[in-house]
Amino acid sequence: MESVDLLYKAIYILVIFGITLLIATYSTYFERKIAAFIQDRVGPNRAGPAGLLQPLADAGKLFFKEDFIPARANKALFILGPGIAMLVATMSSAVIPYGDMLLVDGREIYLQAIEVNIGVLYIFGVVSLGVYGLMIGGWASNNKFSLLGAIRAASQNISYEIAMGLSLIAVLMMTGSLSLREIAAQQAGFNWNIWYQPLGFLIFLVCAFAETNRTPFDLPESEAELIGGYHTEYGSMKLGMYLFAEYINIFVASSVMATLYFGAYNFPFMFELEAWLVDATDSVVTANNIVTLLGVGFMFVKIFLFIFFFMWVRWTLPRFRYDQLMKLGWKILIPLAILNILLTGGGILLKDYLF
Amino acid sequence: MEPLSNRRKQVEKKDMTLAERAYLPAIAQGLGITLKHFFKKKATVQYPEQTRERSSIWRGLHVLKRDENGAERCTACGLCAVACPAEAITMTAGERKAGEEQLYREEKYAVTYEVNMLRCIFCGLCEEACPKAAIFLQDDKLAPARFERDEFIYGKDRLVEPLKTTETR
Amino acid sequence: MTESLFYFLASLTLLCALMVVLSKNPVHSVLFLIITFFTISGHYVLLNAQFLAAVNIIVYAGAIMVLFLFVIMFLNMSKAGDSKIKTSTISKFAGAIAGGLLFIVLISALKDASVVGYTPETYNSQVGMVESLGYVLFTDYLLPFELASVLFLVAMVGAVMLGKKEEGESHF
Repeated sequence: MESVDLLYKAIYILVIFGITLLIATYSTYFERKIAAFIQDRVGPNRAGPAGLLQPLADAGKLFFKEDFIPARANKALFILGPGIAMLVATMSSAVIPYGDMLLVDGREIYLQAIEVNIGVLYIFGVVSLGVYGLMIGGWASNNKFSLLGAIRAASQNISYEIAMGLSLIAVLMMTGSLSLREIAAQQAGFNWNIWYQPLGFLIFLVCAFAETNRTPFDLPESEAELIGGYHTEYGSMKLGMYLFAEYINIFVASSVMATLYFGAYNFPFMFELEAWLVDATDSVVTANNIVTLLGVGFMFVKIFLFIFFFMWVRWTLPRFRYDQLMKLGWKILIPLAILNILLTGGGILLKDYLF
Repeated sequence: MEPLSNRRKQVEKKDMTLAERAYLPAIAQGLGITLKHFFKKKATVQYPEQTRERSSIWRGLHVLKRDENGAERCTACGLCAVACPAEAITMTAGERKAGEEQLYREEKYAVTYEVNMLRCIFCGLCEEACPKAAIFLQDDKLAPARFERDEFIYGKDRLVEPLKTTETR
Repeated sequence: MTESLFYFLASLTLLCALMVVLSKNPVHSVLFLIITFFTISGHYVLLNAQFLAAVNIIVYAGAIMVLFLFVIMFLNMSKAGDSKIKTSTISKFAGAIAGGLLFIVLISALKDASVVGYTPETYNSQVGMVESLGYVLFTDYLLPFELASVLFLVAMVGAVMLGKKEEGESHF
């Protein structure tokens, strides 16, 4: 790879990292705003215009709180826990294609940090590591309730990972590729996977809620009745890191859902628009770049809609009971996902037979 | 047993239908309700800038009035203390000395006058009992929260209406 | 570049594998084992077997080791670690002899193994990719593949049998 390409990649990775952190930061603000709006309140509006500086105020508060480590805790692991949670959360946005190809100086720049041909598995692997942050943190606190919270979180995540993977397999059967760029490219125009995989999407959505520990599956950290679970002993910015990692996870889960099921950067009539732009501007490069940038815009609109949906559901539904959670995961979602695989396979065979 | 009204209904526990067991219709309904509230008018009053409109007969913090010359109206008759159902008012009476005519309207006045705001129920009976129209419950002030209990015993320093020195009458 | 990366990964793997055995705290052992799995996945990536690397992380580091951690965290071994665990002299001898024998067997087995070098003419960069792996698994190695899945099914049935509630057992 040339050094110019490397430079582009480095800049792109930094930009994506920054955007991830920015969106996660402002997710906390919008979470509070949306919660307030749903409950007929106005939410934070004192820090800055319309309360826009509220995340900074929160972060400042967390930074200046006492950084507390319990006396009998395992110090190294206690510090490592939130670090792992944060690291794993920020890692997964590397393979998501936020846009198609830009043409700059005759150079093709793909708006994706790394293209690996096992992108889906990469995300899946990284997500499955997220459990360690919680478990290590919970155990290192040397507190029974923290430990129980960590175990609860880990068993929930493992249980729902299976259904998530199985629901993904149906998509992979249709696209025949594990590469996220390819999956995105196959959904060109309005040919989104959601039209073919409504059941799979539903299963994936439920599992995404469970994996990101969001209501109605937020038992790992249910503040009200289970004293906060794995981060009971945490305070200051370490707690902030855990909470922040959750919002990054929401962003990543939203991007994955948008990529896999809602056509990533594709939008209806993109080819017609591009053809019209080629006529209008008389330049293939400009037309391509305009459509690509529009696609990036559409991708982020989809991501924001999903983030809104996460928050909307949080302030609508009550929490599941733990046995209900396990029953839903093992006895309903996994059989449904397997049924979905069978249906998809049948559909593919039928299509081959008919056409 | 004979039913008292004809509205009695036998409650039965039915099995849930498939739609009910799938939860999804119920979830969609709930999401619809919350979305409706999302766009509703907000109930919040932005307090320091806006205040909620109070009734014109709102009974708030007490005030000991002065007359048109700026002399205290209270004559320490004790009727308010007698009328008070919560026994929140205490006072000691004193005799006006020569040269204090500008300060107190009658020859007898209240040397101390205390209202315990923790006991007071803001019923307004003291206001009605007062023959001199000296004590009133204001409609724009209320007893704020404080850290110590003894701070809730309001003496004359906080009860008497401030002198309108700049005003010419 | 690749070579130095290999040596770095290999030394890290060996170090972490040693730490698994040597560290006093069992939870630390498990965590070192997880790092070992990561470095092994790194080796897979160096060998251009990305699918294997990802699956290694998902299955071993992501699922199985979590269950290991589960059990060890519940055992609460940190207290037991304070007091010296006594090992009898006989078992020390037995362990040394068994380990030494295994070492000899390994050396004698690997002594004559020929290192397959890489030849640019016959090298197929796609050999570790998902497509070729899946193709081989479902054609040449179909029987072992299916047998392995039957084995897993048997294990699963066994787990369900063990976990089944017996008659008269109380709910909790």
